[in-house]
Amino acid sequence: MSEPRLDRAALARRAAQDIPDGWYVNLGIGIPTQIADHVPAGREVVFHSENGVLGMGPAPKPGEEEPWLINAGKKYVTLREGGSYFHHADSFMMIRGGHLDLAVLGALEVSQTGDIANWSTSANDTAPAVGGAMDLAVGAKRVWVVMEHTTRDGRSKLVRQCSYPLTAFAAVSRVYTNLAVLDVTAAGFAVVELQPGVSFDDLQARTDAPVRA
Amino acid sequence: MIDKRVRAVTDALDGVKDGAVVLVGGFGMVGHPMGLIDGLIELGLRDLTIVCNNAGTGTEGLPKLMDRRQIRRIICSFPRTSDVFSREFAAGRLELEIVPQGTLVERLRAAGAGIGGFYTRTGARTLLAHGKEERMIDGHPHILESPLRGDVAILEAWEGDRWGNLIYRQAGRNFNPVMAAAAALTVAQVTHLSDGALHPEHVGTPGIFVDRVVQVATSVGVHA
Repeated sequence: MSEPRLDRAALARRAAQDIPDGWYVNLGIGIPTQIADHVPAGREVVFHSENGVLGMGPAPKPGEEEPWLINAGKKYVTLREGGSYFHHADSFMMIRGGHLDLAVLGALEVSQTGDIANWSTSANDTAPAVGGAMDLAVGAKRVWVVMEHTTRDGRSKLVRQCSYPLTAFAAVSRVYTNLAVLDVTAAGFAVVELQPGVSFDDLQARTDAPVRA
Repeated sequence: MIDKRVRAVTDALDGVKDGAVVLVGGFGMVGHPMGLIDGLIELGLRDLTIVCNNAGTGTEGLPKLMDRRQIRRIICSFPRTSDVFSREFAAGRLELEIVPQGTLVERLRAAGAGIGGFYTRTGARTLLAHGKEERMIDGHPHILESPLRGDVAILEAWEGDRWGNLIYRQAGRNFNPVMAAAAALTVAQVTHLSDGALHPEHVGTPGIFVDRVVQVATSVGVHA
């Protein structure tokens, strides 16, 4: 079977379909960031950036950058009507106090019990960096992961148990990959939807952890 | 009469000693006091502990301070922003304490608010929980984190007045208002120094937290 069934933009678009009107959402770096470009028309979703922006809008037009207005990825952004600025204690009060409806994160691995590893590839990391990943993973009301189903060398990123250092345990409730949408349930991964052209057997063959139909 | 304005960066940093714990505001280069960091370089202070979200970018500011071996230890959430950091850390010339971003700001807030520590879910049962007390609260494991106090805080704001009141610009708030309360000596560099009082409805950091204010042309938008 050839990769991928959904490209990154299509994956971001698929996840965006499931975010309801009115939610406050933090998007992680990577594919999750692209979700902001695919919110269905007519829905108002408020994006939070942990450096102190609520109501973050898209990148400015060239020449219209505001030097003091950046996002957590340190890229220039804009502010939507109704947005606000605040300091880090307030920003992480929003995150850690359970005020965000959703955090969408990238990951190296997600386990069948919802553990997530996304900050370090080794206990002896030569230059570790965690940023706000651990705060988002434990603090948001729900955590979704958007990622490729397998690594470049074909290893499943949905695993029985994470091999990389954990960001948080039992944190993830849903995973969007280029092959499927899966829920993390008390009984492990359960298929919500297969991407077009993917059979259940294909999916199980490419997933380390058992998957329920 | 209260007047916290000083003319020169070196005057603003008067009394800061070798070995100081320095809280440095900013997220990336926004609200990051490049002029005051240049002052630390100029004064030749050594053996510093730097508390900052990032380790700077490029070769100016914190990377320059690292390059000159003026920093012994860095406490931050995301240092992987500077090649100089990576080189010095790999060579064993820099001690590093990684702290989750929310825990970092809350430890600073605790220091500023007179709180002796707090339990948080962030980091529980991860590598960063090593050596920390764990306690179950509401059915979830929490770990005990301690306050993080500075000998000096160096900040960047948009505007200041003689009372030390500060106004911030856009995403320039970040760590600055929290660090302002968490150090024995707090110094702010500002783009605009007001002759009169700042509008009280707009003040982001009340002057009680600020000891000195110095006007420095901002580097925001100058360095990538």
